[in-house]
Amino acid sequence: MIRVQHLSKHFCNVKAVDDISFEVKEHENLILLGTSGCGKTTTLKMLNRLIEADSGEIAINGKSIKGQSPEALRIGIGYVLQNNGLFPHYTVAQNIAIVPQLLKWDKKKIENRTAELLEKLHLSVDYLKAYPPELSGGQQQRVGLARALAADPAVLLMDEPFAALDNVTRSKIHAEFKALDELKRKTIIMVTHDVQEAFELGDRICLMDKGRIVQDGTPAELLFKPKNDFVKEFLKEQRLLLEFKTITVKSLWHLLSNEEIKGMGPGILVDYKVDLWTVLERATFFNAERLNMMNLENKEMKTVSFESLTAAFYQYKKQQAHE
Amino acid sequence: MNEQQSLWEFMRQQSDKLAEQTLQHIGLTFISLFIAVLIGLPLGVFISRRKQFSGGVLGVAGVLQTIPSIALLGFMIPVLGIGPKPAITALLLYALLPIIRNTYTGITGVDAAVKEAAVAMGMSKWQVLFKVELPLAMPVIFAGIRTATVITVGVATLASYIAAGGLGEFIFGGISLNNTNMILAGAIPAAMLAILFDFLLSRLQKLDSKKLKMAAIALPVILILLSSFYLIPKTYATKLKAGFTPEFMGRQDGNLGLQSKYGLHINTVVISDAVMYKAAYQKQLDVISGYSTDGRLKAYGLLVLEDDKKIFPPYYAAPIVREDALQRYPDLENTLNLLAGKINDSTMTALNYQTDYLHQTPERVAKFFLTQNKLFRPARNGNAGIIRIGSKIFGEQYILANMYSMLIKGYTDYDVSTKTGLGGTKICFDALTNNQIDFYPEYTGTGLLTILNPPAKEVAALTLNKDATYRYVADGFDKKYQVKWLKPIGFNNTYALMMRAEQAQKLNIKTISNLKRYLDSK
Repeated sequence: MIRVQHLSKHFCNVKAVDDISFEVKEHENLILLGTSGCGKTTTLKMLNRLIEADSGEIAINGKSIKGQSPEALRIGIGYVLQNNGLFPHYTVAQNIAIVPQLLKWDKKKIENRTAELLEKLHLSVDYLKAYPPELSGGQQQRVGLARALAADPAVLLMDEPFAALDNVTRSKIHAEFKALDELKRKTIIMVTHDVQEAFELGDRICLMDKGRIVQDGTPAELLFKPKNDFVKEFLKEQRLLLEFKTITVKSLWHLLSNEEIKGMGPGILVDYKVDLWTVLERATFFNAERLNMMNLENKEMKTVSFESLTAAFYQYKKQQAHE
Repeated sequence: MNEQQSLWEFMRQQSDKLAEQTLQHIGLTFISLFIAVLIGLPLGVFISRRKQFSGGVLGVAGVLQTIPSIALLGFMIPVLGIGPKPAITALLLYALLPIIRNTYTGITGVDAAVKEAAVAMGMSKWQVLFKVELPLAMPVIFAGIRTATVITVGVATLASYIAAGGLGEFIFGGISLNNTNMILAGAIPAAMLAILFDFLLSRLQKLDSKKLKMAAIALPVILILLSSFYLIPKTYATKLKAGFTPEFMGRQDGNLGLQSKYGLHINTVVISDAVMYKAAYQKQLDVISGYSTDGRLKAYGLLVLEDDKKIFPPYYAAPIVREDALQRYPDLENTLNLLAGKINDSTMTALNYQTDYLHQTPERVAKFFLTQNKLFRPARNGNAGIIRIGSKIFGEQYILANMYSMLIKGYTDYDVSTKTGLGGTKICFDALTNNQIDFYPEYTGTGLLTILNPPAKEVAALTLNKDATYRYVADGFDKKYQVKWLKPIGFNNTYALMMRAEQAQKLNIKTISNLKRYLDSK
């Protein structure tokens, strides 16, 4: 869907982006991860030509982005900014309608689309006539997302979209983000410096440093097959948490066996595709003793205790390390 | 209370003129403002795009702002002449800085994230400007326009210096004539205009965006409408154009006398004497009011018209001396009288020309004159006492003070200390009566009108004859102040109407009556 080849950008004598190449498949969610100054934002902005590349090729759907005017290119790409960038002098409705209006949609169509987006993003229609400064940070970010999605672009670029939010709001929006069907149909490139966010939302992660891509892979690949010490170091602090969030029950399935658990404690039923973190969260919430894991494909069910799940997790990690 | 009453009466009496001046003032303000916005707004947008030019443009606009307004008006005259054109140009230059700077500040102050979002959504440069940057910068731009409006209303009062009209005519006329009501009749409406426009613009600023769009259309229309006030035709046009100082306009021995005694009605503009002579030289004015011994008369080839009905009182110069000084220094009177009758109008004009226009020192001019007239003697360096000479603060008085100083040093054993530059008549005369100086050159007309100030009827009779005036002031000063008028020096530095010599010759105009006859002929 998106193919980036040998992309470079210099600012004065500093190589902000240094000969990087990567690809994003359709409906994939790619995260550009790294510390400030690693070139991730520059890379993102070259995709919609907010910054012009010095050299290299970017093609979307096989067409070079240089083949059309920047305005035409950008209308077809959604863009979400860290500080939302909502127009303070436009109402919420007017903000959402900006791109549809540039595309000269008729009024009725814009109204319908706005209503649909508000509902999907859990925003009340009361806000339509409100101005952005009257909304909370989380609401503003939702409106920013709605504005980017208004004309239903195939590609969505997100520049640290949740960085300005507090932790509670952020995890709430993360959950909504993952559940939003509209986003599942998009090819998304998201920039973040937040490792947890990257692991939670990304199908694939490009870890960047000093303008280069250090490793390009799935979250599990970064965790268990780090290319070098930089990658290891980068993930060290939150390693356990990331492992819990990355490893699914499914990947431990072969290490689990059905058990007979005595006791009066309640049980919970979980889809085996979820990650361990979610299982633990739910188990703690319900104070569960029996974890009933369900393979939805062949309806196989395994009941395990908290302890055996943890044991399986460590066994799995050991195996990964030896592979 | 009495003061207020008479101010009100003055304003009612002069309501025609007041209304005309107010409309002119509004017109002048808004034409300038309109053009300033037309230039300043795009320029501000331009430098917000090309930052490398911002320093230069803002610098130049800033320097323009620091030029004293009257000087800026002066610079305009050689290029644009007198009247509305230079006034509007100067005013708009003043209004430019706040408009450019606030446009620039407003646009560069728009949140970078908002601008980036606008570009990233596919807006073109112009769409970003008109839909995002200008609307968001509008409060700051508006503040700039408000500042510019208040500045322009204020500076527009100076337009009357270069014959562009406005409320300054009353203000500066009032200052010259020491007429408080006249000053207030100009100053109060000017201040109220400033407050009113600022208030109206602030209301406009508070309108919401929808009404603002309507206002954005209405505003230029209103501006053009207000500007057009200025184009209201002048009352009447004559073959010749006159430029009079604000002071001359309001005086009985000035324009009022010209109208009542001569029946002279001429298309008149009000103008500062600083630029009046040059404007006459450059043929922008044909008749001006001036002083008969001004050096610029010679410099610009102007001819004084004879005051054949004697409306201008005689201003013959003579030294006035404290009587106790005359007794203490017995040689003083004869020495000072050495100059009596030696300098006529044209000689004095020539001397003034040398100092004012050729920039020679008064000392050199004085010595040259005395030598030429075989009056000069080298200083005797005596020490029989010190005589204190005073003078007012203009060239002619400096020259006379220098001549007297040289004569005293050369003919007597007294020494001299000079206190030149004693401001106006009031300061100089007070110095004399308070025994700070012993003598200074004074003019008969000034002695009569400014110091003795007899009833108007008496004045009218006295001013017809120069000797009667002299006798009256000599007598009055002697009795009232124990100050003696010595013999007149000879020249008469009075008000005069003047024209370019060649034009006067061509039209065969020698007297003010000639001028009237020419104007009345069809």
